[in-house]
Parts: sequence; C-alpha cells; structure tokens
Amino acid sequence: MSTLDLIYALLKGLEVTLVLTVLSMILGFVLAFVAGLGRLSKYKIVRTISAIYVEVIRGTSLLVQLFWIYFALPILGIRLPAMAAGILALGLNSGAYGSEIVRSSILSVPEGQNEAGIALNMTRFQRMWRIIMPQAFVMMLPGFGNLQIELLKGTALVSLITLADLTYQANVLNASTLETTKIFGILLIMYYLIAWPMTKGIRWLENRLTVGRY
Amino acid sequence: MKPMFSYKKVSKSYDELEVLKEVDLDIEQGEKVALIGPSGSGKTTFARLLMTLEEPTSGVIEVDGEPLWHEKKNGTLVKASEKHLRSMRGNIGMVFQHFHLFKHMTVLQNVMEAPVTVLGFSKDKAMELSKSMLDKVGLADKLEEYPANLSGGQKQRVAIARALVMKPKIMIFDEPTSALDPELVGEVLEVIKEIAKEGDMAMLLITHEMDFARDIADRVVFFDEGKIVEQGSPEKIFNQPETPRLQAFLDRFNSR
Repeated sequence: MSTLDLIYALLKGLEVTLVLTVLSMILGFVLAFVAGLGRLSKYKIVRTISAIYVEVIRGTSLLVQLFWIYFALPILGIRLPAMAAGILALGLNSGAYGSEIVRSSILSVPEGQNEAGIALNMTRFQRMWRIIMPQAFVMMLPGFGNLQIELLKGTALVSLITLADLTYQANVLNASTLETTKIFGILLIMYYLIAWPMTKGIRWLENRLTVGRY
Repeated sequence: MKPMFSYKKVSKSYDELEVLKEVDLDIEQGEKVALIGPSGSGKTTFARLLMTLEEPTSGVIEVDGEPLWHEKKNGTLVKASEKHLRSMRGNIGMVFQHFHLFKHMTVLQNVMEAPVTVLGFSKDKAMELSKSMLDKVGLADKLEEYPANLSGGQKQRVAIARALVMKPKIMIFDEPTSALDPELVGEVLEVIKEIAKEGDMAMLLITHEMDFARDIADRVVFFDEGKIVEQGSPEKIFNQPETPRLQAFLDRFNSR
C-alpha cells in the first residue's frame, strides 16, 4: 500500500478519536469545576466526597478504570456502549486531575482580593464569580492545556475496548500490511497534528485574557 | 449624643497571642480619628474587626446602636449571621495598604463593580457616579487602564474612589501610604485631605504620617501592646504627651 492509502485507511479512526476527545474534555471540564470547588466547600461532606473522587481516580490506572467500566460494570448489571464507557473513563480522569488545577488556581488568588470584595459588601457568591474566578481562570489555562493534550493521547487506550479510533485502525492495518514502521510513524504525526492546534488555541486564549492586565 | 461607632471591651486573640485587650472606643458621626502606635500594637486588627474581616474574641462593636458581630435573638446576643453582617457592612468602607484593586478589571470597572452588583444600580447610573468619583481623585483620564499600568499612588486613588462610591458612614484607611514610593505619598494624602474636608463621613485612619494625622484628625488615639494608652486632640497628643510610652514613641519618630 502507498503512504497515501495508509493515511486514508487510518483516517477512518479520526472521527472516533476526535469525538472521544471533545466529549470527554467537556465532561472532564465540568467535573474539574464541580470537584475543585467541592474541595473548597464550607461543608465537610462535600469536601470529603470530592477528595475521595479525586484520590481514587488519580491513584488508579486509567487503563484499569476503562476495563472496569467496560468489562466489570456489566457484571453488576450496568452495560455501557464502548463509546460511553470511553468518554466516562477519560472524563472522570481528566476531571480528577483538572480539579486540582481549579483548586490550586483559586487558592492562589491573593486573599486581599477577597477582602476587598468583603469591604465592598459583596456576597460570597459574587466574590467567587466576579472577583476570584476570573483571575483564577487565567491561571488554570496552562494546566488545562496540558491536561487536554494528555487526554487526547489517552484516547489511544480505548482501542483496547473495541472502539475503532486512530490507534485501533493502525493495529488493524498493521496486521494486514505489516508496514509497521510506516503505519506507526504516520500515527505519531497524526496525534501531533491534532495536539498542535490545541496548544496554540490555549496559548491564544491565555494571551487574550491577560494582555495589558498583568 | 449617641456615638455612631462604639467598641465595648473588645478583645481579639490568635491562639495564645492576645492582640487586643478589652479596648473601648467611641467614634462620632463624621469624626476623624487617627490611630498611631508601633507595629504590632493592634491598630490594624482593631480596624479589621470593624470591617468584619476578623471576628472579635469577646466584646461588642456597635454601629448606630446595633451590634455588628452579634444579633439579638430572644433577648440574648448571638453570633451574627452572614445576612446580618451584610446588612451592617454597607455602613463601612475600607482602603487597604496594598490597594487590592481587582486586577482583571479596568479602573472604571473596579469602581463600578459594587454599585452594580451590590447596590443594584443600572450600568448608566453606576458609570456616571464612578466617573465623578474618579474625577474627584484626579483619574478621569485613566478610566480604561488596567491596574497593572498604574503607579502606586494612582492605584491607591482608584481604591479610594472604589470605596467612596459606596457612600459608607465610616471609611477605614489602613496605612494608605505605607506601600508607596516616597514621591507618591503626597498625591494620596492630598486626596484623603480633600475627602476629610467634605464632612459627614467618619474616618478611622491608621498612619505613620504624623504631620498628616495632626492635619486632618479631630482626635488621635495611641495604641501600644493591644491597648489604647492615650488619646486626645492632635495638639495634646503631639505637644503634651502624658504617658512615657507615647513620649518614647514620638521621640523615636522625630529622631528619624
């Protein structure tokens, strides 16, 4: 097979990889904020639940989580389609790591900002969303950028639960053509080409939000 | 006449460390009170209690006869709810040593923020009000700048406008010029002096600028080791100090 044919065959997996990345990114983003704010809650129960989620997910392997959700949950009667299982595992993971970014960014906004808000008689909610969060968000961006790229690369694991993503297609192609070097070379480049605009996009956002202000 | 603000046997401790020891002080409406004293004497804590940034360990602070940190429930005083604190806080404003401007907002947005979100003013009304405040502190030409692009003196003047726009009954100035380069101190003191002249807002001014305290204060209060050691008119405090501790403090200042 020519190089072009190989690329064409691999691209069949692109859609799955992209859909997985985007959807688990969204899930991860939401979970990161929920758990990150949860760890700063004034209620102990909320803090505890958030901490357990973060520690359990961070302390265990993504691959095993994926297997567990896809192969072990059905035994307990919960059967998820491979795509949903993939999104769930990746989203849960991204959310756990992301929550630490959210938490530490919020904590790194100087206390004086909060005190100035109190002095102006703003409510706790107004101080968080008008004063603290906009400043914390800018600090979250580099961390989130890294996390999204980790996530993209993590999607390669879903080929192991039968999802036909880029890596899955590469394995299929490799078995039938044995052009191993070429196929996995192209695969590397493809992941790089997806990650590149993500890096640039985050950098652009960071610049836009900070220009003239810091 | 009943005092507008009243500290009654107010103490504040951090673990073992007692920062304020049963302090009493009344402040009348419109009165300008300067707090002087060595670092660590409790002045800043004293002011932060009034701004509700710190909670007193014991004692009561009253604003217009009503307890600030407590609520009356069935005849007894209980710890104030957030709702009660919110209803009281509007009377009090504060200017910080390190400005604490909102970094992600322009000068105008900094001043407009509270009138819109806290007082519920329309954007137009808040903007008009904020612009006139910024004009008063001499920054009408900096509306669209971000704080990062301002000098320390300009930042502090924005902070003053931001606090002033809420029309508090008392304004706390916590060492407003201590973080400034010497050549920028004057412009900030000038603005505070102008505001002081205007009248019926009381001021609690923590400062190491003795000439300034003498200029604007109706009364000077000397703190040392968590207590008020001496107080009186600026003339009395600066010209005829009675206690050896105040004497020593002033001597140290004059010899610098």
